Amino acid sequence: MATLIVIIVFALFLGAILTGGYNREYLERMQKSWIWQWITTVDHKRIGILYLLAGGFFFGVAGLEALLIRIQLMFPDNQLLTGDFYNQVLTMHGTTMIFLVALPLLFGLMNVIVPLQIGARDVAFPFLNSLGFWLYFAGGLLLNLSWLFGGAPDSGWTNYATLALNDYSPGPGINYYVLGLQIAGIGTLISGINFLVTIVNMRAPGMSYLRMPLFTWTTFVASILILFAFPPLTAGLFMMMFDRLFDTKFFAISGGGNVTIWQHIFWIFGHPEVYIIMVPAFGIFSDVISTFSKKRLFGYNSMVFATVLIGFLGFMVWVHHMFTVGLGPIANTIFAIATMAIAVPTGIKIFNWLFTMWGGRIRFTTSMLFAAGFIVTFVMGGVTGVMLAVVPANLQVHDTYFVVAHFHYVLIGGTIQGFFAGLYFWWPKMFGTLLNERLGKAHFWLFYLGHHLTFFPQHFLGLFGMPRRIFTYMKGYELEMSNLLSSIGAILMTAGVLALLYNIMLTLRKGEPAGSDPWDGRSLEWAISSPPPVYNFAQIPRVRGLDPWWLEKYEGDGTLKAAEPLGPIHMPSPNHLPFLMAMSFFISGLGFVFHSWQVGFLGLIGVAIILFVRSFEEDHGYHIQPDEWNGVES
Amino acid sequence: MRIEEQTASVAGLPAEPEKATLEGKNKILGFWFFLAAETTLFATMIGTYLALKGETMNGPTPYELFKMPMVAFATLILLTSSLTSVLGIMGMHANQLKKLLQWFGITILLGAVFLGLEVYEFMEYAHEGHTFTSSAFGSSFYLLLGTHGGHVLFGVLWILGLMIQGRKKGITVHTAPKFYVASLYWHFVDVVWIFIFTVVYLMGMIP
Repeated sequence: MATLIVIIVFALFLGAILTGGYNREYLERMQKSWIWQWITTVDHKRIGILYLLAGGFFFGVAGLEALLIRIQLMFPDNQLLTGDFYNQVLTMHGTTMIFLVALPLLFGLMNVIVPLQIGARDVAFPFLNSLGFWLYFAGGLLLNLSWLFGGAPDSGWTNYATLALNDYSPGPGINYYVLGLQIAGIGTLISGINFLVTIVNMRAPGMSYLRMPLFTWTTFVASILILFAFPPLTAGLFMMMFDRLFDTKFFAISGGGNVTIWQHIFWIFGHPEVYIIMVPAFGIFSDVISTFSKKRLFGYNSMVFATVLIGFLGFMVWVHHMFTVGLGPIANTIFAIATMAIAVPTGIKIFNWLFTMWGGRIRFTTSMLFAAGFIVTFVMGGVTGVMLAVVPANLQVHDTYFVVAHFHYVLIGGTIQGFFAGLYFWWPKMFGTLLNERLGKAHFWLFYLGHHLTFFPQHFLGLFGMPRRIFTYMKGYELEMSNLLSSIGAILMTAGVLALLYNIMLTLRKGEPAGSDPWDGRSLEWAISSPPPVYNFAQIPRVRGLDPWWLEKYEGDGTLKAAEPLGPIHMPSPNHLPFLMAMSFFISGLGFVFHSWQVGFLGLIGVAIILFVRSFEEDHGYHIQPDEWNGVES
Repeated sequence: MRIEEQTASVAGLPAEPEKATLEGKNKILGFWFFLAAETTLFATMIGTYLALKGETMNGPTPYELFKMPMVAFATLILLTSSLTSVLGIMGMHANQLKKLLQWFGITILLGAVFLGLEVYEFMEYAHEGHTFTSSAFGSSFYLLLGTHGGHVLFGVLWILGLMIQGRKKGITVHTAPKFYVASLYWHFVDVVWIFIFTVVYLMGMIP
């Protein structure tokens, strides 16, 4: 409690020093500063950039953790990170990458691009959009504070019960995991609902469901998965939190609890979660491949159908993470078959992408390289996925490096490469400049070859019997060579990411201006200026077919048709409450981590007060008169 | 002031004021999605309860514990409160603020009585050695019932806040979606109770 007051006073003090002392204009000056404008923004494009910044920051943190892991495993009997510290690094690498990197980076692209693709001025709930971001950031910060205060969580990203309970994990580590993910999870759920309502209600006239670009479709499906997958995580985290803080008996065998329940709940959430971060990448690849092949997407309807089917089946397969638990041959068989069935819609997608490229006029830009490379990598990851779905084989390689190789092939090959493809593709739309293609290609080749060098040998490590989550291995078991190669690959990947960072810094300093439509694009976002004006479309466009902008360019007169007369545009006002609410949640979480009920409840009371203030607030927004020369066609 | 509000002030309130603006429509659709998410939250907790209800650790079993008459009475009260919230929304559609506030007032009053009964019930159980930490049965029972009770409490406070707003601002295209969404929430909490009543109490009556 005292610490808290000290921190608040210190923050006020620091603000005063930086802006020139306390006086009547203190508040006013703070409100004019750029930090305040970014904190209070409700513009979907700015929030998207915030997501990219925060996700990028956590990507750096978790990437360094990965590098440390690989350095430790480079040689046998290495002593760099041992025992508990290795467990912490490993746990935080997985947790951060899944929760704080993969999804937020994709959320960043979705936030900027989806409203543009459907011809909307903003998302359905600008306030909630901001709230979702700040909750995610508060949760992520809370989780990573564990490094400084009390030690990081150390029982794996799956956080299995017994190991994660007080007996075996004393100290605040797992509390950080539980509360950090709880807060970030609320933010994710809010953002998911926001995307759903945006896509259902805010589409421009003529933008029917089967005219939506694939990235919008996959955002829609991923949001439905978020809607049904995150609440079970919330419930499970509550149980874990109560077991640890209040001594309840959900997972404690001594009180009749059952550890398998945590596994079920975690994977009922966890399997859809990996599809949540996979499916939007499919959408990015679809848009990128059709744009750079100068063809409409092959089999658009089957692509949509496959996406929905993958989303649906994603909920039916969670037990394939639990084959070794011993649920019996019937349960295992059903879930094995359901798992293999997912290969069918995924195969449909792979062939559709290949047929889109077939006979197209392909341009191998960096974005397209990532997309084409993805097809190869993802097929390999998919094949090992089907191998793992075979129960007897699974029993052999469960918890070995074979599994590690499999999920890094699909997650890096899919999600991360998808994000990179999307970043190079939409960067000009977001910032108005082109990323350097030479450096981009260096990035691709370093990262892509590095990825295969890192993870291909790990298949064999797994087959030779090297278990995952083990901090060292001994000489003479034929594990040395593959581990060394794998670590060299990780260094190559790091070099690739550094090339991207250098590229970004170079482009931000003096990038080549992009113009509104640098790639000869197909969907609506390429019809407006880069970066788009704050209201996006001066007039809401009328959509006349699939790939509407391509249609207007090559079959129309090259301008979008408007669906409304030019007039003043209503915009929502910026709001500071989302930030305050996330701060209250953060304070509450920090209190509960250290068993300080006063601070915990103080934070929750703050949340309740802000809810009421928001409910009574009337936001009339403001109006913009659009610049007619900067209008729809630009 | 937007076009919808201008027409509202000239021509009176539209027939369904909660759906008259895009904001209102968004709010209602978004809330339906939120309720869908809540469904899986409660489903997870009910599933956990079903898995753990046998683990009483020699404490009282559901059959020995539950007092059916009182629970049935509480159920009746909560179901009635759903009806009164509908009457409140009918008042809103008829543009009668007084009727809306009256029925919503009765709704939260019934909600508060339900909460009082639930607290009394829990205190009785605690006397008999059935607590949050006594066994896995206790933990899963109180998590499920407590989450539902927390929802009722939140609903009571929320609707109270909306009633204050209603008194200040009246029924407008701004406030109508809020009343409507709050009544959706209240129905949802009721529906969850029907499941809890069936799965926890009625099935608990089987010795």
